[in-house]
Amino acid sequence: MSFEWIHVAYAALTLFIVINYGMIMTALVRKIGARVSGRYGIPIWQNYIDLAKNIALRSKVTHGAMFYLGPVFRLTGGVGLLLFVPTIYGSVMHQNFSYAGDLILALYFVFFGTLGMALGAGESGHPHAAIGVSRGLAQVTTAELPLALAVYALSLQYQTIDITEIVAAQQGSLFNWTLFTNPLATVAALFGLVGTMMRSPFDVVMAPQEIPIGPPTEYHSSYLALMQTNRVLFPVAKVVIFMNLFFGGATNWAEFAVKAFAIYMIPVLIGVVNPRFRVEQSIRFFLKWGLPVGILAIVTV
Amino acid sequence: MKDIDKSFKKDTETDFPLREEMRPRKVTTPDGQVIDIDPLQDYFCQEPPKVHRKSYSAIVEGFYNWARANSLWILGFGTGCGAIEMRPLMTPRFDAYRYGIQWRPTPRQSNLLVISGYLSVKTLKRAIRAYEQMPQPKYVVGLGSCTINGGMYWDSYNTIKKLDEYLPVDLYIAGCMPRPEALLAGLMDLKKLIRKGEAEGANRYAENFDWYKANQKSVIKDWDMPDYSW
Amino acid sequence: MRELIEHLTPRYSLGAPVFQRPGLTFVDVKRDKLRALLLDLRDKHGFTHLVLLTAVDWLEEGRFQLTYLLNNRAADQTLGLRLYLDRANPMGDTIHDIWPTAATYQRELREMFGIAFPGSPRVDEEFILEGWTDMPPYRRDFDTLAYSQQTFVERGGRETHEPRATMKHKLYPEG
Repeated sequence: MSFEWIHVAYAALTLFIVINYGMIMTALVRKIGARVSGRYGIPIWQNYIDLAKNIALRSKVTHGAMFYLGPVFRLTGGVGLLLFVPTIYGSVMHQNFSYAGDLILALYFVFFGTLGMALGAGESGHPHAAIGVSRGLAQVTTAELPLALAVYALSLQYQTIDITEIVAAQQGSLFNWTLFTNPLATVAALFGLVGTMMRSPFDVVMAPQEIPIGPPTEYHSSYLALMQTNRVLFPVAKVVIFMNLFFGGATNWAEFAVKAFAIYMIPVLIGVVNPRFRVEQSIRFFLKWGLPVGILAIVTV
Repeated sequence: MKDIDKSFKKDTETDFPLREEMRPRKVTTPDGQVIDIDPLQDYFCQEPPKVHRKSYSAIVEGFYNWARANSLWILGFGTGCGAIEMRPLMTPRFDAYRYGIQWRPTPRQSNLLVISGYLSVKTLKRAIRAYEQMPQPKYVVGLGSCTINGGMYWDSYNTIKKLDEYLPVDLYIAGCMPRPEALLAGLMDLKKLIRKGEAEGANRYAENFDWYKANQKSVIKDWDMPDYSW
Repeated sequence: MRELIEHLTPRYSLGAPVFQRPGLTFVDVKRDKLRALLLDLRDKHGFTHLVLLTAVDWLEEGRFQLTYLLNNRAADQTLGLRLYLDRANPMGDTIHDIWPTAATYQRELREMFGIAFPGSPRVDEEFILEGWTDMPPYRRDFDTLAYSQQTFVERGGRETHEPRATMKHKLYPEG
């Protein structure tokens, strides 16, 4: 695909739509959770107000260059993840900068933000941040294992590492989806999705009751605003990958909205009914259940 | 109060010795160099807080105030029995979330410090540290009569009686204890204050910094922290 | 309980027992017999639980009373041992090796009453007061009201409706 300057504008448009979608959707998910527990819940635009409020704060305390770069790296991870995979299949505008090897790049970007955050939170000097980061890195490393294996299984199955081609191979019928052609890889990848969504039972990184609130303890005002933006962008970007790889991708924004919401609800539903794992429990869980499924997925391709 | 025992005189002579970890000392570095360390000077930033001005544009400031009012993040720090009255606000019955009120576990991310009930001298020290670490603009709500005039702890040897001597209070909620409804109504009043741009407690604190510090230090004898906790 | 007290009295020269109610008995002990008595009660008579260790300030008599409240769960019996210390130089014996929880009580008594317990772990560290320089605040000659008035700023306009004065004023306005 040849590069033209108009692609930058298109990619910015995609980013804009996805961020707004994430803002509304995460608020909606919280609102659904509130309604289920009998509350009215937050206003649907609460995320925007929180963002404006954090930008409006007057005093900012910095702890050094890495402290500032931490949220930037994190947001870069989210934006990069989104921009290098096709958001809408077959659309010229929302094809983004996807290219022949984007599957590998996506795998890298999933991890990138966590690393950046680790550096930034480490410089903040708060003990809770250091505890959260060490837990987070340990957990993400093992949670990524089944995901990586599933991705290898997929590239073996489709004989490509181009996400666009993988999506193309799944078009036509519901039963062309990887979900049905390679259910083992899908299950293995879902281990990775649930494990990296920062939701219960794998939210020991944040652990609001014991190490409030982990890596972002020292972050406030604009730094926090950056992280909030990423917090709504990153899950959606991750869901986009999953949608493309396993659920047939999306050919228009309506399909995107429905599929992304449905995939996002998987970790949410698992989260609301499961208590939190300790870090060694979750590592053991991924190695015991996630890893064999991933290996099985590769073997049975 | 009439029944003062004139014969009892408080001990004002004795100073509390500085804690061992706060005393100046000599430290040998790993490469054999001996350096002097004065923890209070070297480990902390001694900068006093400064007054932050409002935005130049009234429209921008109005928008900011609207956002601040509709996104009140409370520091989850309960000092006394009032902490029990704060928790029901999260429950389906009161559900403060619908007003944009949330609880944050760290002072860096909160805007509102609710002093929920009596404040002992020991807790006052922590409350001051928590308050000073919050980013501006920040608000303080005194909950219950203990924060207003001492309440039932009016003759306690270890409980402060007038919160606004030590922290810039924006709003008091009277009662012993106020019910969660009263707390919610108080928070609504605070939102009105913020919308009007009158909740400038942090700037008042910066302007009268010396006065507040003198009051705080008159009560907290073992002052082993910097004057302003950044 | 009576049999137990009768059995122990000659050996440990206990004072006259007070049978407060069924299941609760108080008895005075001497300081030099305390340790042997506690060990005996814990190991032989089933008083395995130290409910609390507290002090009473008998200002007029010039002495502190330490109360060791022991409980025998199986027999549903509680025994309070009272021990008197000189108020001028109060010095207790640590029992943290018999019940580790006692160390915390002894720290509190050290801070609040100024009773020394040499040998008890961390007994000289601050327990709940921070930076306290005055006399121990639970002593009865410490006037908390005067201290609070001399320390903390008051807000004006506070009224008292203390029942005695209020009713006197209401019923006999002339005095």
